[in-house]
Amino acid sequence: MASFSPPAPIASASEQTAGDVAPTGGLTELERRLLDEYQRDLPLVPAPFASIAARLGTDEAEVLRLLASLVERGIVSRVGAVFTPRRAGFSLLAALAVPALRLDEVAALVSGYVEVNHNYEREHGYNLWFVVTGDDEWRVNRTLDDIERRTGLVALRLPLERAYHIDLGFPLWS
Amino acid sequence: MELTARELAVVGALQDGLALVPRPYRALGESIGLDEAEVIDVIASLQRDGVIKRLGVVVRHRALGMTANAMVVWDVPDDRVDEVGAWLGVQPDVTLCYRRPRRPPSWLYNLFCMIHGREREAVRARIHALRESAPLQDIPYAVLFSNRCFKQRGARYRFDGEGEREG
Repeated sequence: MASFSPPAPIASASEQTAGDVAPTGGLTELERRLLDEYQRDLPLVPAPFASIAARLGTDEAEVLRLLASLVERGIVSRVGAVFTPRRAGFSLLAALAVPALRLDEVAALVSGYVEVNHNYEREHGYNLWFVVTGDDEWRVNRTLDDIERRTGLVALRLPLERAYHIDLGFPLWS
Repeated sequence: MELTARELAVVGALQDGLALVPRPYRALGESIGLDEAEVIDVIASLQRDGVIKRLGVVVRHRALGMTANAMVVWDVPDDRVDEVGAWLGVQPDVTLCYRRPRRPPSWLYNLFCMIHGREREAVRARIHALRESAPLQDIPYAVLFSNRCFKQRGARYRFDGEGEREG
Protein backbone atom coordinates (compact mmCIF):
# COMPACT_ATOMS: atom_id res chain seq x y z
CA MET A 1 0.00 0.00 0.00
CA ALA A 2 1.29 3.45 -0.84
CA SER A 3 2.49 5.30 2.18
CA PHE A 4 2.24 8.95 2.98
CA SER A 5 4.27 10.62 5.70
CA PRO A 6 2.37 13.37 7.44
CA PRO A 7 4.25 16.62 7.70
CA ALA A 8 5.58 17.89 10.99
CA PRO A 9 2.80 19.21 13.19
CA ILE A 10 2.10 22.87 12.68
CA ALA A 11 0.17 23.51 15.88
CA SER A 12 2.06 23.35 19.15
CA ALA A 13 1.44 20.40 21.45
CA SER A 14 -0.59 22.54 23.85
CA GLU A 15 -2.91 23.50 21.04
CA GLN A 16 -3.64 19.90 20.22
CA THR A 17 -4.71 18.68 23.60
CA ALA A 18 -8.42 18.99 24.14
CA GLY A 19 -10.06 19.29 20.76
CA ASP A 20 -11.76 22.46 21.86
CA VAL A 21 -8.94 24.82 21.17
CA ALA A 22 -9.48 27.43 18.52
CA PRO A 23 -6.62 27.67 16.06
CA THR A 24 -8.91 29.55 13.70
CA GLY A 25 -6.22 31.89 12.54
CA GLY A 26 -3.63 30.53 10.23
CA LEU A 27 -6.01 28.77 7.86
CA THR A 28 -4.98 29.33 4.29
CA GLU A 29 -7.50 30.00 1.55
CA LEU A 30 -6.90 26.49 0.22
CA GLU A 31 -7.54 24.98 3.66
CA ARG A 32 -10.77 26.95 4.02
CA ARG A 33 -11.96 25.72 0.65
CA LEU A 34 -11.11 22.11 1.54
CA LEU A 35 -13.10 22.44 4.77
CA ASP A 36 -16.01 24.27 3.22
CA GLU A 37 -16.44 22.50 -0.10
CA TYR A 38 -15.55 18.90 0.69
CA GLN A 39 -17.65 17.97 3.72
CA ARG A 40 -19.79 15.94 1.36
CA ASP A 41 -19.38 14.45 -2.08
CA LEU A 42 -15.78 13.37 -1.79
CA PRO A 43 -15.18 12.21 -5.38
CA LEU A 44 -15.85 8.48 -5.79
CA VAL A 45 -13.07 7.99 -8.31
CA PRO A 46 -9.81 6.05 -7.92
CA ALA A 47 -7.78 9.19 -7.19
CA PRO A 48 -10.19 11.49 -5.33
CA PHE A 49 -7.51 13.81 -3.97
CA ALA A 50 -6.11 14.40 -7.45
CA SER A 51 -9.62 15.27 -8.58
CA ILE A 52 -10.04 17.73 -5.68
CA ALA A 53 -6.63 19.20 -6.46
CA ALA A 54 -7.60 19.77 -10.09
CA ARG A 55 -10.72 21.65 -9.00
CA LEU A 56 -8.80 23.72 -6.45
CA GLY A 57 -5.98 24.51 -8.86
CA THR A 58 -3.26 22.70 -6.95
CA ASP A 59 -1.70 19.23 -6.99
CA GLU A 60 -2.54 15.96 -5.27
CA ALA A 61 0.47 15.99 -2.97
CA GLU A 62 -0.50 19.43 -1.68
CA VAL A 63 -4.10 18.34 -0.97
CA LEU A 64 -2.83 15.27 0.92
CA ARG A 65 -0.32 17.37 2.84
CA LEU A 66 -2.98 19.92 3.84
CA LEU A 67 -5.49 17.26 4.92
CA ALA A 68 -2.88 15.45 7.00
CA SER A 69 -1.95 18.76 8.60
CA LEU A 70 -5.61 19.59 9.37
CA VAL A 71 -5.98 16.17 11.02
CA GLU A 72 -2.73 16.73 12.92
CA ARG A 73 -4.00 20.09 14.19
CA GLY A 74 -7.29 18.58 15.37
CA ILE A 75 -9.42 20.60 12.93
CA VAL A 76 -10.44 17.57 10.87
CA SER A 77 -11.32 14.35 12.67
CA ARG A 78 -11.10 12.22 9.54
CA VAL A 79 -11.81 12.08 5.85
CA GLY A 80 -14.54 9.52 5.58
CA ALA A 81 -18.16 8.68 6.05
CA VAL A 82 -20.84 10.00 8.33
CA PHE A 83 -23.38 7.23 8.72
CA THR A 84 -27.10 7.74 9.04
CA PRO A 85 -28.03 6.87 12.62
CA ARG A 86 -29.65 3.46 12.89
CA ARG A 87 -28.89 2.46 9.29
CA ALA A 88 -25.49 0.87 9.83
CA GLY A 89 -26.20 -0.39 13.31
CA PHE A 90 -27.91 0.83 16.45
CA SER A 91 -27.23 4.01 18.38
CA LEU A 92 -28.69 5.68 21.40
CA LEU A 93 -28.38 9.07 23.05
CA ALA A 94 -27.97 8.63 26.78
CA ALA A 95 -27.72 11.02 29.70
CA LEU A 96 -26.61 10.73 33.32
CA ALA A 97 -27.24 13.08 36.23
CA VAL A 98 -23.80 12.94 37.82
CA PRO A 99 -22.99 14.54 41.18
CA ALA A 100 -20.61 17.43 40.46
CA LEU A 101 -17.77 15.93 42.46
CA ARG A 102 -17.89 12.71 40.46
CA LEU A 103 -18.20 14.24 37.00
CA ASP A 104 -14.57 13.88 35.90
CA GLU A 105 -14.37 10.30 37.09
CA VAL A 106 -17.69 9.24 35.50
CA ALA A 107 -16.93 11.10 32.25
CA ALA A 108 -13.61 9.29 31.96
CA LEU A 109 -15.27 5.95 32.65
CA VAL A 110 -17.89 6.59 29.94
CA SER A 111 -15.31 7.83 27.41
CA GLY A 112 -13.37 4.62 28.01
CA TYR A 113 -15.88 2.56 26.03
CA VAL A 114 -15.17 2.13 22.29
CA GLU A 115 -18.94 2.05 21.88
CA VAL A 116 -19.17 5.69 23.04
CA ASN A 117 -18.36 8.35 20.45
CA HIS A 118 -19.65 11.75 21.56
CA ASN A 119 -19.46 12.51 25.27
CA TYR A 120 -20.24 16.04 26.45
CA GLU A 121 -20.82 17.86 29.68
CA ARG A 122 -24.00 19.92 29.40
CA GLU A 123 -25.40 22.52 31.75
CA HIS A 124 -28.44 20.75 33.18
CA GLY A 125 -29.35 18.36 36.00
CA TYR A 126 -28.62 15.68 33.39
CA ASN A 127 -25.08 16.89 32.96
CA LEU A 128 -23.36 14.12 30.99
CA TRP A 129 -24.65 13.32 27.48
CA PHE A 130 -23.17 10.66 25.26
CA VAL A 131 -23.94 8.53 22.24
CA VAL A 132 -23.56 4.75 22.40
CA THR A 133 -23.32 2.80 19.14
CA GLY A 134 -23.08 -0.86 18.32
CA ASP A 135 -23.96 -3.66 15.93
CA ASP A 136 -27.41 -3.93 17.40
CA GLU A 137 -29.76 -2.80 20.14
CA TRP A 138 -28.75 -5.65 22.43
CA ARG A 139 -25.10 -4.64 22.42
CA VAL A 140 -25.90 -0.98 23.00
CA ASN A 141 -28.17 -1.78 25.93
CA ARG A 142 -25.59 -4.13 27.37
CA THR A 143 -23.02 -1.31 27.26
CA LEU A 144 -25.44 1.00 29.07
CA ASP A 145 -26.21 -1.69 31.64
CA ASP A 146 -22.48 -1.95 32.26
CA ILE A 147 -22.10 1.83 32.63
CA GLU A 148 -25.02 1.90 35.09
CA ARG A 149 -23.57 -0.96 37.10
CA ARG A 150 -20.11 0.60 37.31
CA THR A 151 -21.32 4.12 38.14
CA GLY A 152 -24.36 3.27 40.27
CA LEU A 153 -26.32 5.84 38.21
CA VAL A 154 -29.43 5.32 36.08
CA ALA A 155 -29.16 6.47 32.46
CA LEU A 156 -31.84 8.15 30.42
CA ARG A 157 -32.08 6.09 27.22
CA LEU A 158 -33.29 8.21 24.32
CA PRO A 159 -33.20 6.31 21.03
CA LEU A 160 -33.86 8.25 17.88
CA GLU A 161 -37.45 7.80 16.73
CA ARG A 162 -37.45 10.06 13.72
CA ALA A 163 -34.98 12.41 11.98
CA TYR A 164 -36.26 15.68 10.56
CA HIS A 165 -33.00 17.08 9.28
CA ILE A 166 -30.87 16.27 6.27
CA ASP A 167 -27.18 16.59 7.08
CA LEU A 168 -25.41 18.69 4.50
CA GLY A 169 -22.29 19.15 6.54
CA PHE A 170 -21.53 22.24 8.50
CA PRO A 171 -21.58 25.77 7.06
CA LEU A 172 -18.34 27.25 8.38
CA TRP A 173 -18.07 30.68 6.87
CA SER A 174 -21.48 31.41 5.46
CA MET B 1 -32.82 -3.18 5.33
CA GLU B 2 -30.07 -5.67 6.15
CA LEU B 3 -26.58 -4.90 4.92
CA THR B 4 -24.69 -7.53 2.97
CA ALA B 5 -21.42 -8.97 4.26
CA ARG B 6 -19.52 -6.87 1.72
CA GLU B 7 -21.32 -3.72 2.85
CA LEU B 8 -20.66 -4.47 6.51
CA ALA B 9 -16.97 -4.97 5.76
CA VAL B 10 -16.80 -1.59 4.01
CA VAL B 11 -18.69 0.14 6.85
CA GLY B 12 -16.27 -1.39 9.33
CA ALA B 13 -13.21 -0.33 7.35
CA LEU B 14 -14.61 3.16 6.79
CA GLN B 15 -15.41 4.06 10.36
CA ASP B 16 -11.95 5.40 11.15
CA GLY B 17 -11.78 7.31 7.87
CA LEU B 18 -9.88 6.86 4.63
CA ALA B 19 -6.10 6.68 4.50
CA LEU B 20 -4.66 9.95 3.18
CA VAL B 21 -2.94 8.32 0.23
CA PRO B 22 -3.38 8.82 -3.52
CA ARG B 23 -5.59 5.70 -3.90
CA PRO B 24 -7.60 5.55 -0.65
CA TYR B 25 -10.33 3.21 -1.95
CA ARG B 26 -7.71 0.71 -3.10
CA ALA B 27 -6.02 0.92 0.30
CA LEU B 28 -9.33 0.33 2.06
CA GLY B 29 -10.08 -2.64 -0.19
CA GLU B 30 -6.72 -4.24 0.55
CA SER B 31 -7.64 -4.44 4.23
CA ILE B 32 -10.86 -6.38 3.53
CA GLY B 33 -10.05 -8.29 0.35
CA LEU B 34 -11.97 -6.19 -2.17
CA ASP B 35 -10.55 -4.45 -5.20
CA GLU B 36 -10.76 -0.72 -5.76
CA ALA B 37 -13.72 -0.84 -8.15
CA GLU B 38 -15.72 -3.02 -5.75
CA VAL B 39 -15.08 -0.62 -2.87
CA ILE B 40 -16.23 2.35 -4.96
CA ASP B 41 -19.33 0.38 -6.01
CA VAL B 42 -20.24 -0.56 -2.45
CA ILE B 43 -19.74 3.01 -1.16
CA ALA B 44 -21.89 4.36 -4.00
CA SER B 45 -24.67 1.94 -3.15
CA LEU B 46 -24.43 2.74 0.59
CA GLN B 47 -24.79 6.42 -0.32
CA ARG B 48 -27.72 5.70 -2.63
CA ASP B 49 -29.48 3.70 0.09
CA GLY B 50 -28.90 6.43 2.66
CA VAL B 51 -26.68 4.35 4.96
CA ILE B 52 -23.87 6.84 4.35
CA LYS B 53 -25.22 10.33 4.97
CA ARG B 54 -22.16 12.07 3.62
CA LEU B 55 -18.63 11.23 2.56
CA GLY B 56 -15.98 13.86 2.93
CA VAL B 57 -13.96 15.96 5.32
CA VAL B 58 -15.37 15.60 8.85
CA VAL B 59 -14.66 18.87 10.63
CA ARG B 60 -14.33 19.32 14.38
CA HIS B 61 -16.30 22.49 14.67
CA ARG B 62 -15.08 23.19 18.21
CA ALA B 63 -11.53 23.35 16.91
CA LEU B 64 -12.64 26.10 14.52
CA GLY B 65 -14.07 28.24 17.27
CA MET B 66 -17.68 27.04 16.95
CA THR B 67 -17.67 26.44 20.68
CA ALA B 68 -21.18 27.56 21.60
CA ASN B 69 -23.23 24.42 21.18
CA ALA B 70 -26.78 24.22 22.49
CA MET B 71 -29.02 21.21 22.54
CA VAL B 72 -32.53 22.62 22.64
CA VAL B 73 -35.26 20.23 23.73
CA TRP B 74 -39.00 20.81 23.35
CA ASP B 75 -42.07 19.21 24.85
CA VAL B 76 -44.34 19.18 21.82
CA PRO B 77 -47.82 17.65 21.96
CA ASP B 78 -47.55 14.20 20.35
CA ASP B 79 -50.04 14.99 17.62
CA ARG B 80 -47.98 18.01 16.51
CA VAL B 81 -44.42 16.71 16.82
CA ASP B 82 -43.99 15.62 13.19
CA GLU B 83 -45.26 18.94 11.86
CA VAL B 84 -43.12 20.99 14.26
CA GLY B 85 -40.07 18.75 13.68
CA ALA B 86 -40.34 19.07 9.90
CA TRP B 87 -40.44 22.86 10.27
CA LEU B 88 -37.64 23.06 12.83
CA GLY B 89 -35.35 20.72 10.87
CA VAL B 90 -35.05 23.16 7.97
CA GLN B 91 -34.48 26.35 9.96
CA PRO B 92 -31.09 28.01 9.41
CA ASP B 93 -28.48 27.07 12.05
CA VAL B 94 -30.38 23.96 13.14
CA THR B 95 -27.85 21.20 12.53
CA LEU B 96 -29.75 18.17 13.83
CA CYS B 97 -33.43 17.62 14.62
CA TYR B 98 -34.71 14.37 16.07
CA ARG B 99 -37.78 13.01 17.81
CA ARG B 100 -36.97 10.89 20.87
CA PRO B 101 -39.15 9.24 23.52
CA ARG B 102 -40.18 11.00 26.73
CA ARG B 103 -39.11 9.29 29.97
CA PRO B 104 -41.57 10.59 32.57
CA PRO B 105 -41.31 11.73 35.23
CA SER B 106 -37.64 12.66 34.82
CA TRP B 107 -37.65 13.66 31.14
CA LEU B 108 -40.63 15.16 29.31
CA TYR B 109 -39.04 16.51 26.12
CA ASN B 110 -39.66 14.70 22.83
CA LEU B 111 -38.06 16.94 20.18
CA PHE B 112 -34.32 17.66 20.08
CA CYS B 113 -32.31 20.05 17.94
CA MET B 114 -28.75 21.35 17.93
CA ILE B 115 -27.69 24.91 17.30
CA HIS B 116 -24.01 25.84 16.96
CA GLY B 117 -22.28 29.19 16.88
CA ARG B 118 -19.14 31.03 17.83
CA GLU B 119 -20.70 32.76 20.83
CA ARG B 120 -23.44 31.90 23.29
CA GLU B 121 -25.14 35.25 22.81
CA ALA B 122 -25.64 34.59 19.10
CA VAL B 123 -26.97 31.10 19.83
CA ARG B 124 -29.35 32.47 22.49
CA ALA B 125 -30.65 35.08 20.05
CA ARG B 126 -31.28 32.35 17.50
CA ILE B 127 -33.17 30.24 20.05
CA HIS B 128 -35.19 33.28 21.05
CA ALA B 129 -36.19 33.84 17.42
CA LEU B 130 -37.26 30.19 17.11
CA ARG B 131 -39.39 30.47 20.24
CA GLU B 132 -41.15 33.49 18.81
CA SER B 133 -42.06 31.60 15.65
CA ALA B 134 -45.60 30.33 15.38
CA PRO B 135 -44.89 26.57 15.46
CA LEU B 136 -42.99 26.81 18.76
CA GLN B 137 -44.94 29.45 20.63
CA ASP B 138 -45.94 28.33 24.13
CA ILE B 139 -44.04 25.05 23.77
CA PRO B 140 -42.13 24.21 26.97
CA TYR B 141 -38.42 23.87 26.28
CA ALA B 142 -34.97 23.73 27.83
CA VAL B 143 -31.55 24.82 26.57
CA LEU B 144 -28.56 22.63 27.41
CA PHE B 145 -25.30 24.34 26.46
CA SER B 146 -22.34 22.03 26.17
CA ASN B 147 -19.49 22.68 28.48
CA ARG B 148 -16.60 20.28 28.18
CA CYS B 149 -16.23 17.84 25.30
CA PHE B 150 -14.80 14.63 26.74
CA LYS B 151 -14.86 12.67 23.51
CA GLN B 152 -15.82 13.24 19.90
CA ARG B 153 -15.11 10.95 16.99
CA GLY B 154 -16.87 8.87 14.39
CA ALA B 155 -19.38 6.23 15.39
CA ARG B 156 -18.24 2.63 15.54
CA TYR B 157 -20.74 -0.01 14.55
CA ARG B 158 -18.51 -3.03 14.06
CA PHE B 159 -16.44 -4.55 16.82
CA ASP B 160 -13.93 -7.34 16.58
CA GLY B 161 -13.71 -8.23 20.23
CA GLU B 162 -16.14 -8.56 23.06
CA GLY B 163 -16.42 -5.87 25.69
CA GLU B 164 -13.28 -4.11 24.56
CA ARG B 165 -12.50 -0.70 25.94
CA GLU B 166 -10.18 2.01 24.81
CA GLY B 167 -7.13 2.48 26.96
